[in-house]
Amino acid sequence: MTLAPPPAGPVPYEREFALGLARDMLRIRRMEERSAELYGEQKIRGFLHLYIGEEAVAVGALRALAPEDNIVATYREHGHALVRGMPMRTIMAEMYGKREGCSRGRGGSMHLFDAKLRLYGGNAIVGGGLPLAVGLALADTLQGVRRVTACFFGEGAMAEGAFHESMNLAALWRVPALFLCENNLYAMGTALARSESQTDLCVKAASYGVPTLKVDGQDIVAVYEGAKRAQQHVREGKGPFFVEFQTYRYRAHSMFDPELYRDKKEVEEWKARGPLHTFTARLKAEGKLTEEQFLALDAEVAKEVEDAVAFAEAGSWEPVEDLTKDVYAP
Amino acid sequence: MKTSYREAMRAALREALAADPRVFLMGEDVGKYGGTYAVSKGLLEEFGPERIRDTPLSELAFVGAGIGAALGGMRPIVEVMTVNFSLLALDQIVNTAALLRHMSGGQFSVPLVIRMATGAGRQIAAQHSHSLENWYAHVPGIKVLAPATVEDARGMLAPALADPDPVVIFEHAQLYNTEGELPQNWTTDMKKAAVRRQGKDVSLITYGGSLPKTLKAADMLAREGIDAEVIDLRVLRPLDDATVMASVAKCRRAVLVDEGWRSGSLAAEVMARIVEQAFYDLDAPLARVCSEEVPMPYARHMEEAALPQPEKIVAASKGLFA
Repeated sequence: MTLAPPPAGPVPYEREFALGLARDMLRIRRMEERSAELYGEQKIRGFLHLYIGEEAVAVGALRALAPEDNIVATYREHGHALVRGMPMRTIMAEMYGKREGCSRGRGGSMHLFDAKLRLYGGNAIVGGGLPLAVGLALADTLQGVRRVTACFFGEGAMAEGAFHESMNLAALWRVPALFLCENNLYAMGTALARSESQTDLCVKAASYGVPTLKVDGQDIVAVYEGAKRAQQHVREGKGPFFVEFQTYRYRAHSMFDPELYRDKKEVEEWKARGPLHTFTARLKAEGKLTEEQFLALDAEVAKEVEDAVAFAEAGSWEPVEDLTKDVYAP
Repeated sequence: MKTSYREAMRAALREALAADPRVFLMGEDVGKYGGTYAVSKGLLEEFGPERIRDTPLSELAFVGAGIGAALGGMRPIVEVMTVNFSLLALDQIVNTAALLRHMSGGQFSVPLVIRMATGAGRQIAAQHSHSLENWYAHVPGIKVLAPATVEDARGMLAPALADPDPVVIFEHAQLYNTEGELPQNWTTDMKKAAVRRQGKDVSLITYGGSLPKTLKAADMLAREGIDAEVIDLRVLRPLDDATVMASVAKCRRAVLVDEGWRSGSLAAEVMARIVEQAFYDLDAPLARVCSEEVPMPYARHMEEAALPQPEKIVAASKGLFA
């Protein structure tokens, strides 16, 4: 696969909006870099799936959506939760397993939920969120609520029956579901071409009569513009829409992963297309950002991260007496 | 009023649909076809295609969509044609519906009802004859019901819909044609097991499609001078231990009757609870009559041999008095 040149060209946004995009990508990046360290210190346990390299997708797509929309995400969802509005403190506390976490420490990294933000997880079964999204969208249709249900999933999920069944249902019933595929080229360690007979994901989705769009997921401008167009279609009641964001995961699948399935050169080539540095370079070229301003922004984000870590450290454990609480409604 | 199990179930659906605009029914062939077992016959004409929603053969997606719709404020009733096909939806039921409340720290309710036919006895062979109620009853986070009488067929749906948690209802396919008297002032709940026949010598504990067979066995035992009590578990999760233990304390002998395969069966669970809670009330070892551990054969005599039958229940009961 020959890679496209790194994202470049003018950023067609007001400075403040553009800096907001950069800031959110940076917040995800720094939060996760710190999370990886904390994993090494055994403060965070279990699985930890980092989104580093894919930040433009969550930031651009969620920016295109409305606060009242429904969000369904995967186990690689720290960034989505953060950009959606979950405080970094709450995410960090959840990853620590503390009661102050969004799910009281019961879910951990893979199960970030927030009913108020209409964030329906944090689903760690590949493809598991897709039927849920169809149902949420159906509920809105039946209740006459105009809202978009956005469902994030990886390209690995497109090999699951759940993807095909859900696309079919969504299209058949014309529900307002927005399917956002984060194609990072590897389902854990299995490359797309080794797992899919049809590697053009838009072709697969289009077979259900759903309009599709292929987007450079490393270019936040392309992501935001593509997501804006897609959500508009869904919001206008024209039925579901499928977007493939071509992106890349720079870190291991989870924390233990010798990365035998891809070569370093490929990783380096994709890093040259990194969503964060290419975007800040464009902003600098246009005079919308100086190095000093970037460093100030980075320092501000670093403070937010350290505050989140301190909050998680100071958090409390759910009492063992509450173990069986919430298995059923009280 | 005399009614059939099927009509009672339909009346319950009709009442639920009329009472609450959030309620809708979806599943394979529930609409135009009128329901595989004709339970939903006529409801499409009455409530329209939005609320009597035919689905493609996509058990995983339409059960999952039911979960999503429940999260989104609706009160879906999802009909999975039979328990055999529910295995295709097991992921959504076990990994999402059952876990969501606890895993999210109590943030989400999934007020979903899943109905499915279960059981054997109609010569439809191995892939259409499963009794897997115990698989579902194993899972914390869902509730499991097995209405076995017309009264429960009529009455259990409403409390299931009112419940904020996912409820799975098993309707034994052999029961749809059974008829019974629906009392004028019927009441029902989804909490307690029921004593279907009072007795004092042996407690026969069963549920679902095995109830009529067990009642027949009790009549046969009566002719031999053994006064059997019949307990219908009704609610398979959470189990009502108190009713079971009270019966065991009274009869001091117990036989479990369960159409599931013996190993890891619901019968095994109830037996374990009796041993834990009422061991010293027993005058004899516990016994059980389950399905033989074979795939269900097609030929009638072989299918009959594989299933619990009144004669087997009688023999097991008499064995406790040897």
